[in-house]
Amino acid sequence: MSTENSAITPKRESLFSKKNRKLLKDPLGDSNPITIQVLGICSALAITVQLQQAVIMSLSVLFVMIGGNVIVSLLRNLIPDRIRIIVQLVIIASLVIIVDEVLKAYQPDISEKLSVFVGLIITNCIIMGRLEAFALANKPGPSVFDAIGNGMGYAWVLLAVSIVREIFGSGAISLPGMGQVKFLPQEWFISSGGFYENNNLMILPPMALVVVGIIIWIQRSRNEALIED
Amino acid sequence: MEYFSIFVKGIFVENMIFAYFLGMCSYLAVSKTVKTANGLGLAVIFVLGITVPINYLLENYVLKEGALTWLDPTFATVDLSFLSFIMFIAVIASMVQLVEMIVEKFAPALYGALGIFLPLIAVNCSILGGALFMQERQYPSIGEATTFGLGSGVGWWLAIVAIAAIREKIRYSNVPAPLQGLGITYIITGLMGIAFMSFMGIEI
Repeated sequence: MSTENSAITPKRESLFSKKNRKLLKDPLGDSNPITIQVLGICSALAITVQLQQAVIMSLSVLFVMIGGNVIVSLLRNLIPDRIRIIVQLVIIASLVIIVDEVLKAYQPDISEKLSVFVGLIITNCIIMGRLEAFALANKPGPSVFDAIGNGMGYAWVLLAVSIVREIFGSGAISLPGMGQVKFLPQEWFISSGGFYENNNLMILPPMALVVVGIIIWIQRSRNEALIED
Repeated sequence: MEYFSIFVKGIFVENMIFAYFLGMCSYLAVSKTVKTANGLGLAVIFVLGITVPINYLLENYVLKEGALTWLDPTFATVDLSFLSFIMFIAVIASMVQLVEMIVEKFAPALYGALGIFLPLIAVNCSILGGALFMQERQYPSIGEATTFGLGSGVGWWLAIVAIAAIREKIRYSNVPAPLQGLGITYIITGLMGIAFMSFMGIEI
C-alpha cells in the first residue's frame, strides 16, 4: 500500500513520516530548548509561581512560534540576508502584540500578573533561535512541526516547574478558568492545629532556578551522552 | 537623593538577573570566563543607558494616551500604546546597530573590547525588559529613567561578573557529573538570588 502511494506521489511525504516525528520528538527530550539548548530561559523562570500563568505563557509562546516559523519560512527567499534580524523581530513583535491584546481582552487578571513578560516573548531566544536555525532554511510544513516540537519542549519544562512550585509553595493547583484549587484539608495546616506548613521558599523567584537545575540533573543522569565536561 | 535611590534599587533590590531573570540566555552562555563576561556586562550598561531614555521620550511624546498633544491639541484622545512593543524593539535594534558603527569609527579600542557582544545585545531580554519596566513604572522625568537604565545595567554587569568568577573557580571542585556546566550554574544562580533577596525592602 505504502509503496503504491509513493509510486503515485513520489515526492510527497506522509504527515507523520520519520523525519517529521523526529522534529516533534527531539525538542521534548534530548534537544530540549530550555534544559539543553539554553534558550528562552528569561521568561520561563519568572512566571512559574502558578500553573495557570505557565499554561497561558506556554500557549502564547506556542502561538507566536508557529506563526513566526510559518511566516518566516514562507518569506525565506524574499528576506535579504543583511536585515533578516530586524525583519524577524518585526514579525515576532506583531504576533506578540496580537497575543497581548487578546490576553488583555479575555484574561485581564492573568495579563496583569504576567506584566512585562508577554512583551518579552519578542526577545525570547527560543523563537529567534528557531527562526534563524530552522525556518530560514526549510519549507513551511517542517517548520510547523519544528515550532510545535520546540513549543511543547518549552511548555513541559514550564508546566513541570510551576506544578512543583505551586504544590509545595501554596498547596494548590490552578488552571485558567478554574481559579486556584486547594486540595489539602484546612485542618492539616499548623495555623489550625495540624502538622503541615507551606514552603514559602518555593514561591520566591530563586527557587525556579533550583527546580530547573534539578530537572537538568535528572535528565542528564538518565542520558549520560548529554553530560558536559 | 531620588536619583541615588533609583540607582541603588536597580543594582541590588530589583536586580535584572536575580529578581526578574532577564537576559538569562546570554548570562548563561557568556559567563565561562570573567574577561568576556566583563565585556558583555559593560556593553549592556552602555546600551541600557542609551535606549531607556530614547524609549522614554518615545513613550511620553508619541505612544502614551494624549502624548501627541504637542503636535496638535486635537490628538488628546489618541492612544498608540499598543504599538509600544514594536516601537521599542525597533529602537533597540537600530540603536544597537548605530552604536556599533559609531563605536567602531570613533573608539576602536572600545570596539575591540565590546565589538562582538554588541550584536548579541539586540535580543537580550534585559534591554527590552528595561524599556518595558520604564513604561510600567511611569518615571516622572528623563533623568530618573536614565538613572534606572544605568542602575539595572550595573546590576546585570555585577551578576554576570560574579557568576563568571564562581564558574572559573568551580572547575576545580568535584561537582556530580550530570550537574556539571549548566545544572550547577542554575543552582548557584538560585543561591545568589536568595542572597540578593536580603536587600529587599531597603529604602534609601
